[in-house]
Amino acid sequence: MSDNKNGYMDMDLLRFTTAGSVDDGKSTLIGRLMYDTKSIFEDQIDAIEQSSQNRGDEHVNLALLTDGLRAEREQGITIDVAYRYFATPKRKFIIADTPGHIQYTRNMVTGASSANLAIILIDARKGVIEQTKRHSFIASLLQIKHVVVCINKMDLVDYSEEVFEKIKKEYLSFEAKLEIPDIRFIPISALHGDNVVDKSKNMDWYQGPTLLWSLENVQVSSDRNLIDGRMPVQWVIRPQSDKYHDFRGFAGLISGGVFRKGEEVVILPSGFTTKIKAIETMNGELQEAYPPMSVAFTLEDEIDISRGDMIAKLNNQPTVGQDIELMVCWLNLTPLKIGGKYIIKHTSNEARCIIKEIRYKVNVNTLEKNENDKNIEVNDIARVLIKSAKPLFYDSYRKNRNTGSIILIDEFSNETVGAGMII
Amino acid sequence: MSYNLSHLDQLESEAIYIFREVAAQFEKPVILFSGGKDSITMVHLAKKAFWPAKVPFPLLHIDTGHNFPEALAFRDNLAKKYNVTLDVGLVQDSIDKGTAKEEKGLNPSRNSLQSITLLEKLEEGGYDAAFGGGRRDEEKARAKERFFSHRDDFGQWDPKNQRPELWNLYNGKKAIGESFRIFPISNWTEMDVWQYIKKEKIELPSIYFSHKRSVVNRNGVWIADSPYNTLLDNEKYEERIIRYRTLGCMTITGAIESTASTLDDIIEEVAAARQTERGNRADDKRSEAAMEDRKKQGYF
Repeated sequence: MSDNKNGYMDMDLLRFTTAGSVDDGKSTLIGRLMYDTKSIFEDQIDAIEQSSQNRGDEHVNLALLTDGLRAEREQGITIDVAYRYFATPKRKFIIADTPGHIQYTRNMVTGASSANLAIILIDARKGVIEQTKRHSFIASLLQIKHVVVCINKMDLVDYSEEVFEKIKKEYLSFEAKLEIPDIRFIPISALHGDNVVDKSKNMDWYQGPTLLWSLENVQVSSDRNLIDGRMPVQWVIRPQSDKYHDFRGFAGLISGGVFRKGEEVVILPSGFTTKIKAIETMNGELQEAYPPMSVAFTLEDEIDISRGDMIAKLNNQPTVGQDIELMVCWLNLTPLKIGGKYIIKHTSNEARCIIKEIRYKVNVNTLEKNENDKNIEVNDIARVLIKSAKPLFYDSYRKNRNTGSIILIDEFSNETVGAGMII
Repeated sequence: MSYNLSHLDQLESEAIYIFREVAAQFEKPVILFSGGKDSITMVHLAKKAFWPAKVPFPLLHIDTGHNFPEALAFRDNLAKKYNVTLDVGLVQDSIDKGTAKEEKGLNPSRNSLQSITLLEKLEEGGYDAAFGGGRRDEEKARAKERFFSHRDDFGQWDPKNQRPELWNLYNGKKAIGESFRIFPISNWTEMDVWQYIKKEKIELPSIYFSHKRSVVNRNGVWIADSPYNTLLDNEKYEERIIRYRTLGCMTITGAIESTASTLDDIIEEVAAARQTERGNRADDKRSEAAMEDRKKQGYF
């Protein structure tokens, strides 16, 4: 591996989520990816072999690799989103592995919120089922731009091209309702490794790439918003030292656009304009900053700026408003209340808000809108109108995932109860 | 311009974001400093997050009394170099007070007692958020850990009832008495940490690099010669060329035989390793859910 030593220092990063229903081989697929890329260690394999034996499992149960909590092992279920890591010489991967049954929507929305790509698994024997549609809808709602549909268990349908083509057609017929710009289909057998890391010898009719090749080569850098300059101020750096006596650094994560030294910017909500004096980091000044860098700006003029304020480009500003339309996914066992008050967290900003109206609830299996059902419970998705107690500076989620997303917090339990995407 | 950020730059940015978020959301955060490479990396990241101001949190080290002397010297030096306050909680103090009880038997481990001293120190200091260097790739219970990990007023973790974490919106709200553990390098792997140490030229204690040491082989693990270790009848110390992959108590942290004496050697060794980093930690081997149980009790 020594020839890759320097290559490894400068790898690309891909975050993806895996969605599947019970028994469609998701754990086997993840196990396969990790095993074939040498990301599972001998002592881990020994440990799960031992546990599989103790449990009386017939095969080595690769699910035990991902299901770490005692209750999960005891009940044979996955409770929560688990994060897995593997790397090839080309890319580092972070998998948000979401369970197939319990709290499905809530977990998949969580996993999808940080993902660039989603793998959706379909059992070749069953074809497109209700859950396939639900997974695809969530991927689309969360604006995941790349979906890889893996038609798994091809070994159980004699590696039939006909079956593959039929499922592909079925999928495309309902996908028309969704917004996913890049969809790929790959026939695989996770159990035997066909088209996962190595090309299948059993499916000559398939000329496309393997799953790993697709993961390594999909272009995600252009998915970031490099146009609308946004930096929510997270923290103001004020050194109490003689050397940096006058230093005022406005620190934050670049959430959109490319900022350059000397550029004119506007501060919201005050509306004051100034120029970027310098883009500071401990390793030296930068000429430009872009997502997702954490930097600190110093500004030409002395302006009162604090956490929750937004630095934006003068000629391209976010919407400023208090009445906000959202698609919300409900995460808590206590249902959403019309007229209910919550804390809304948006970028580095925070305010109280009230639920003014529930427009409709979405049936996540059929994608139909129901305007009469206003009962929003855990795992439900609905369109709502809220009013915040002070103006927020936002973009639509479609335009910018960072400045278009919010969470709702219950004022009494302090729990995160809702996840929202601004329309 | 392609405006691409490498994986290390993205991970660094994410960690810096977490540090700033915690500074803004909490009253009195503290960095749990174990002396190992992960916590040294954390301190470096904290420094970068607030530069040119100083790190706005103290360091807290829970000292089992069974530490490598090299690690302690390094710790004191680091606190001076970064100009941060160092607070030390001694497990021995908890034992003397009677709140912790030494394990029975030969070669007792004080690892589980750390949780007791930690909770005492957090309460005493009024700390409401404690940064830990835990990574999700280290251990299966940690794979489900949040960046902002909520703890009840007994410091306990409830893995089945965690707050969902979406986008980069972190909810640090809590009732009086409750607290958070914060894991800024959750998404880093062992390899990422080593690469970053190389990239940023971060100094490490010497025991991470190959050296000669007097050790004894116990259940396939090389345990160092120390005043805290008692040899069994059939055991004997021998000189070996070893290094450490993780740092913990001298009584339970196993060394690996290695000639890796530079960061490049180590990166190569990590890339070729077929055993996990914590594979040499006797504390994780006690049961399948050993780490989960310790976390539930308030361990990092």
